[in-house]
Amino acid sequence: MISSFRPAKRPDPAILDAHRGVIRALERRLVRRGLLRGGLSLGALSLLTGCDLSDDSAVGRALRAMSSFNDGAQAALFDPNRLAPEYPASMVLKPPIFNAYYNVEDVKPLDGDRWRLEVAGLVTDKRAWTRQQIAALPERAMIIRHICVEGWDYVGQWSGVPLRAFLERVGADLRAKYVAFRTADDYPSSIDMATALHPQTLLATKYAGQTLADPFGYPLRLRTSTKLGFKNPKWITAIEITNVYPGGYWESRGFNWQSGI
Amino acid sequence: MSTIVVDGGFATGRRLHPWPVRIMHWTNAVAMIVMIGSGWGIYDDSVIFHGLHFPPSLRIGSWAAESLLWHFAAMWLLALNGLAYLTYGVATGRLRERLLPIRFADIVATVRDTLRLKIAHDDLTVYNAVQKVLYIVAILAGVSQIVSGLAVWKPVQFSGLTALLGGFQGARLIHFLGMAVIVGFLIVHVALSLLVPRTLWAMLAGGPRLRAPRAGRRP
Repeated sequence: MISSFRPAKRPDPAILDAHRGVIRALERRLVRRGLLRGGLSLGALSLLTGCDLSDDSAVGRALRAMSSFNDGAQAALFDPNRLAPEYPASMVLKPPIFNAYYNVEDVKPLDGDRWRLEVAGLVTDKRAWTRQQIAALPERAMIIRHICVEGWDYVGQWSGVPLRAFLERVGADLRAKYVAFRTADDYPSSIDMATALHPQTLLATKYAGQTLADPFGYPLRLRTSTKLGFKNPKWITAIEITNVYPGGYWESRGFNWQSGI
Repeated sequence: MSTIVVDGGFATGRRLHPWPVRIMHWTNAVAMIVMIGSGWGIYDDSVIFHGLHFPPSLRIGSWAAESLLWHFAAMWLLALNGLAYLTYGVATGRLRERLLPIRFADIVATVRDTLRLKIAHDDLTVYNAVQKVLYIVAILAGVSQIVSGLAVWKPVQFSGLTALLGGFQGARLIHFLGMAVIVGFLIVHVALSLLVPRTLWAMLAGGPRLRAPRAGRRP
């Protein structure tokens, strides 16, 4: 095989002679210190690309534009008919892992009897819902993996009314772009309509067959199998169907909005 | 090495590293560094190995959200550039001609030498054998990073792939180990290019012009 990529003239091995002392010294140093110390030079290189991501910087704008682009790419990747894997009941973690933007001691439990779920936006029926009315809706259970954006995960069993069934019940415009949530812990959140209509997207009221405990969103929270954990707001007090991008707590702080898995 | 015709040809003007290779090399260098530095920031948010975390000065992104933005922006650059590189390398024959063949005995010898960190040799042809193995490992690690990265990014949409890699945490571990392989390669690669600056200059300027082989002198 004849190659046009090889040099016609090979490098002169004598080129190493001039550097022989340096090469030997480097070998000795690498052996003595181990490879990891070499990582420092890589770190020094990476410092050059470290930028301050303030809102009006060109880099910040470019990164947010890429994040918007990734929202579209993820929407294209999303298969509305693909179910997330489900697991045996023996794998369910009890209790689940608490996570929020504050510590578990700061959870403010809700009074389930006084609680109401408001419905707003592009719906025909805007009457508020009580806990008992929600409980009377058809229920589905699923044992799915919760994956946090941080990297940890666990398997949990969630039950509740499929969001699709609820949206159909209130006469929501299912062609609208967004389903937005307001919560008692000031944690606004929103998802795309395709995810809202997915069979594994529930308005969950139970964990492992028991009524949700206070730290995990009693009386009502979102649980969707196709998004990262932070896209599942707890203590939901209002649902709005809208075509105006609603954003969310972490999304406004730089996390990707779609965050599909 | 027998495929090279050393003399008797005529100058074609083609460089050792044609311009597409140089552009893709430096694009890859930038993309890789951003992926590694931002990946370290993401890793630190929830470490795999207790006690192993990367100092903030080595991360790209001041906190996890920024590191994620960098990671998921640079992934397109890395993947598209990598795809272009492999397509170019296969279409022109460059990959096969630069990296193959490698005899089994060569692999054993070069891996042994590499593990001993015996990275300098009196004979440049043996030194080239080390390079061959390292480049192939680096390319395979890069492909592995794309695949395991998809499994970590979309464990539901690509649930079959994620299961194949040992589930979400398995894929995450493979993604981390792939990074470690690439960083190991990078240390050796950068050290050697700095020790033999002519190789560094060749990747910037193109290197020596090649000669076309004389007709009828196929090895």
